[in-house]
Order: sequence, then C-alpha cells, then structure tokens
Amino acid sequence: MTPKLQRPLSLSLRVMLFVMLAIGLSLLLISRLVLSTVERHFVEQDADELRVMVDAIEHALAHENGDFASLPANLSTAISGHHGVFYEVKDDSGAVLFSSAGLDFSSAVSSISPDAAVDADTTQLWTIDNRTYRGVVVLRLIDGSRYQITSAIDMEFHRNFLNAFQRSLWLILLGAGVITLLAAWIGVYQGLRPLRGVSNRVRTIQTNKLDTRLDPVAVPIELQDLVLSFNQMIEQLEAGFSKLSHFSDDIAHELRTPLTNMITQTQVGLSKARSDADYRELLYSVLEEQERLNKMVNDMLWLAKSENGLLKLSNTPIDLQDEFQSLFEFFDAFADERGVSLVVNSNRVLVQGDRDLLRRAFTNLLSNAIHHSPKQGVVNVNLSQDGANASITVENNGPVIAANHIANIFDRFYRIDPSRARNSEGAGLGLAIVKSVIEAHDGEVAVESNATRTKFIARLPRNS
Amino acid sequence: MRLLVVEDETKTADYLRQGLTEAGFQVSLARNGLDGHHLAMTESFDLVILDVMLPDVDGWRILQSLREAKLTTPVLFLTARDSVDDRVKGLELGADDYLIKPFAFVEVLARVRSLLRRTQTPVAQDELQVADLEINLLKRRVTRAGKRINLSHKEFCLLELLMRRQGEVLPRSIIASQVWDMNFDSDTNVIDVAIRRLRSKVDDEFEPKLIHTVRGMGYKLEWEQDHDA
Repeated sequence: MTPKLQRPLSLSLRVMLFVMLAIGLSLLLISRLVLSTVERHFVEQDADELRVMVDAIEHALAHENGDFASLPANLSTAISGHHGVFYEVKDDSGAVLFSSAGLDFSSAVSSISPDAAVDADTTQLWTIDNRTYRGVVVLRLIDGSRYQITSAIDMEFHRNFLNAFQRSLWLILLGAGVITLLAAWIGVYQGLRPLRGVSNRVRTIQTNKLDTRLDPVAVPIELQDLVLSFNQMIEQLEAGFSKLSHFSDDIAHELRTPLTNMITQTQVGLSKARSDADYRELLYSVLEEQERLNKMVNDMLWLAKSENGLLKLSNTPIDLQDEFQSLFEFFDAFADERGVSLVVNSNRVLVQGDRDLLRRAFTNLLSNAIHHSPKQGVVNVNLSQDGANASITVENNGPVIAANHIANIFDRFYRIDPSRARNSEGAGLGLAIVKSVIEAHDGEVAVESNATRTKFIARLPRNS
Repeated sequence: MRLLVVEDETKTADYLRQGLTEAGFQVSLARNGLDGHHLAMTESFDLVILDVMLPDVDGWRILQSLREAKLTTPVLFLTARDSVDDRVKGLELGADDYLIKPFAFVEVLARVRSLLRRTQTPVAQDELQVADLEINLLKRRVTRAGKRINLSHKEFCLLELLMRRQGEVLPRSIIASQVWDMNFDSDTNVIDVAIRRLRSKVDDEFEPKLIHTVRGMGYKLEWEQDHDA
C-alpha cells in the first residue's frame, strides 16, 4: 500500500476560492446594509404618516366637544391624500367611538404606547387576515377625556416594493460578483505570467548553455528568491559539470598517451624484421605501458566507486603509531636511498577504520612527501588527538605549493606542473585517493604550504 | 600437476593455457560452464581456475557442485567485479583464493603455485639454502659463502620469501603483500629499492648472482647453474 500522493490545490484555485469568499461576504454585507437602510427609511416614512394621522385625529377630537357625529367627515378631510390608512378611536371604557373600517386590531395589537410620541420606534407590525400593517396605539388626554387612538397603514405596497427591490439588488450584486471573479481570474492568470516566463527560460537551458543566468531584476519581487536560488543551483551544476568534463578530457589524455606509445612502438617494431632481443625489448616496453594503464584504470574505478559510496569499510581499531612504524619500514630503503629521513612524533593515537584503505592513503601521503623532499630532507609525521578527532600531519621541507594550486591539489589528475605530466609518480590520482579514503571515514584533508614547510593534514573522527 | 581452466573469454583462456603449460602444468581448458562443470565433476585435477562470469552455468554453481560432492580440489576464482560481496561469496562457497580481472599472469602463476603448495604436507624447515646462501629461520641468521650477513627484519622477511619460493617469479604486488602487508597497488619503486638494498648485501660481492629481475614481471631467486656454469 503506497500512500497516494495528493497534489496541493492549484494556485489559481486557491486565489479564486479566497476571492470568491471575500466577494461573497462583502456583497452579502452590502445587500444587508442597503436593505435595512431602505426598510428603515420606509419605517420612518410610515411613522411620519401615522403621526400626521394621530395628530389629525387628536385635532379633530379636540374640536368635537363630545359630539362625534361629524368626526368621520372631519377625519376624512384630515387624512385625505393617504391611502390604505385605518384608524380607530376608543373611549376610556373601551367602547369604539369610531372605526374607519371593519378591521379588528385588538387581536394584533401587542402593546400600547401610552403617552409616547409617534415615531419609528413606537410603531408595530401587525398581521391581520394575511395582510401586514404598521400601526401604533396611543393614549391621549383631550379636554379631560381619555382616548385610545389606534392608527395603521397597509404595508402590502411597501412589502411588494421591498421584495422587488431586494430581487433586483440580488441580481445586480450577483452580476457584480461574477464580473469581479472573472476579473480576479484574469488577474491571477496575468499575475502568473512572469512565472511562466521564468519556466520558459529555464526550459531553454541545455548542458552546453549552463552559463545562462536568469535576471533577478527582470522578475516581480516575489519571484526574486526563486530566481536567485535557481541561479545558485545552475552555478553549482555548471561547476560540477565543468569539473566532470575536464575530468573526461584528462582521462582521455591520460589514456591516449600510453595507447599512442604502444601503437607507435608496435608498428615501428613490426615495420621490419628484427632480432629476438629487439622483439623482447618491444614487448617489455609495451608491458610497461599496459601496467601503467592497468593501474590507472584500477585507481579510477576505485575512485568512482568511492564517489558513489560503494566502498565497504571494515571497522577495526588501529594504533596509528604502530601503523606509521610499519609504513616507515616499508619506505625505509626508499627514503634512505634518497637521503630522506622519516620521523614520527606522536603519542598513542587510536582510531577506528578500515586498515587497508587508511594504509593506502597514508602510503600515498608518505610517498608524495618523500618524492618531493629535497636530498637530506626530513619527512615529519605528527599524530595527535583532541577529543573525538585524530589528526595526522605529514610534512616535508619540499618546494612551496602556490596558493592557486592548493584548492585543486586533491583533484583527480591535477598536476602542479603540467610539463611533468608523465613520470614515475603515476597518473596524478594519489592525492585524490587520499581524499576519498579520508572522506569515506568522515574525515577531512587539508594542505598548508609556506617557504619552509609543506604540510598535509588528515583529520579523522576516532570512531568513524 | 593437472589444472582445469574454466574461462569463456577466448584470448584470456588461450593465454592462460599457454602460460600455465609453459610453466610446466598439464592444462585442460573448458570454454563454457557446462563443459567446465562436467570436467570438474568427472575428472581429477590438482587445481581449478574458475571464471565466475560464464554465460551458461556460472562459476558459483560449479564451485557449489564441487564442494557438495566433497571434492576438496583447490579453486582459484577470477572475477571482473571488484566487489567485496563477490569475494566474500566465493570464499564462503569454499573457494581458496581469488583474482580480480584484469590480472597479471605472473600473479596467476604465483597464486597457483602457492595454492598447490598449501595442499602438500608442509616440511618443517629450520634452514633454507640456495647455492652458498644459507638462512637459519630460527636464529634468523644469514650467511653467504660462510660470511655472516646482517639484515634488517624486513630484509630478512624478503629474503625468506624469495628463498622459500625459489625459482618462482614473484610479482611486486605479492612481495608487497607478503612482506609489508600492503594489499593494494602500492608505489612499486619502493619494492625495487628494497630489492636493490637486499641485493647489495647478499649478491653484490658474491658469485653467482642469485636474485634476478624478471623484467616487466617481478623478481626471482634462483641459482641458474646452466648459465653460470
């Protein structure tokens, strides 16, 4: 059961969802606001009308002086011009003195506002026979008599208007929403254009155009980081690639020289009949070239394996002092013949590691140091340990290594003096092997060189 | 001494046969795994040289069959794969030694001789002698024409190796491995200098010369009576 890989939501979809949410919310808010404002306006308008009516009724009552016969006529005059208005006047005992229509408000009236002024806050909504009315009930003391005045306006007209208004408002807002979303989508699409531009430029980069860099100023600020990291990646790729291609050149060169030698020697040798001794000489010479090739191929294979992490290291405790004593025995005659003395200064230093590999690395370091030591020179080996690390330095008083060579000296096939390309020292892989071995043990190598001493340093964790 | 060589690569097989025959062995050659398997199981050999990468029956199978049949014939296997796994597998299956391709013929010869010697009952020797050169292994004393020669520890080891395997060409790699425990391609110059040093002590002032350089291959210690007579 492999977990299903879920692609994260697309950027456009994310933006669109967010915009949709924001627009939806704000449109909802706007419509609520508009509708409530309009409704409020109507309420105030109705309240005004109701107040006018109540005032008119009050006025009429004040002039009746207990006689209500002419009241309807007076009131009709007072509220003429108002449509769908109803009113009712009761006396103190609750008897209806006058009612404009057969409507019975008593079932709907929820509260009575005794002396209050008639305004938007005192009006109430009543529903009678499935119609909605806005009305108000007030108590008024006129000429010593108490009256209960009820006044109401039929709301159906307003409600119809409001419904229609709401519908068109929704439609308008919906349209606005859709248009905004569309604009946002176009914006997102346009906004991502620089990204597509970067992607197109990246696509044009081939292995032979690794010097291409993207201009971090030519992209929006948000993409600058991406472009900078990309440039950095390409830079590393370019460095690695050029190293690799130099390496291939070097291999080709290193292989070509012995091959050319062999072919030339063999062809010249075969070009006429020769003595047995000459043929033997030829074969020896070819054999020497072949051995050189063989060693080089083996070393290169070894390096390739170590670079791909295919080395299997054994892990045994190694006493470095003992180790260098045996190495000195190995190099004894060789150094002696060159008048070079080998000196080890050390305390007991123990490390864990692969004996054969470390021995190979130390052999290369010593061989190197002896080769480059002047006659009567001294090769000093210092072994020390601090905490978790052991440090091995091999130093001689050989010629100074210029600073520009220091950085490359552990590279494969790197030679300080190109004219000394082929000598008994081999193909220039020795120090590369040292580096590989030490790094395979999680250690590190370094070189320091000045006019008096040249020092190769290997640091190893004591338990690698 | 009868040897079986199982090797499918034509040139390698031919030269192995020629070289080993000229070195005095009777060589049977099988150019594929099936023939090799058949020969190894039906005939008796003193040693089998086995290529493990064969197109039909691979070397491991042949080795396995040999050991399952309780045949203790020493087996030297050849592998192109320079991998520790291969070596471990071969040795676990009961092979006696291995060589990684490309190998030098002298190396094959040296290993074959060393394996064959192993199967013979070793003679406990305190002293070795070639011409008038004598070494006493117990006292670690060397004399040439009756004159005492002082050798360092490693010089003694080197001389002992050459004397024990007198007449055999020893490649530098085997010398480095046996005397100094350097089991890799080390600086071959070092061996040359060490031999030169040893020669200056045991050979320079004496006749006949015993330590010989075999150009392109290595060194041997031999009393070449025919030439020197």
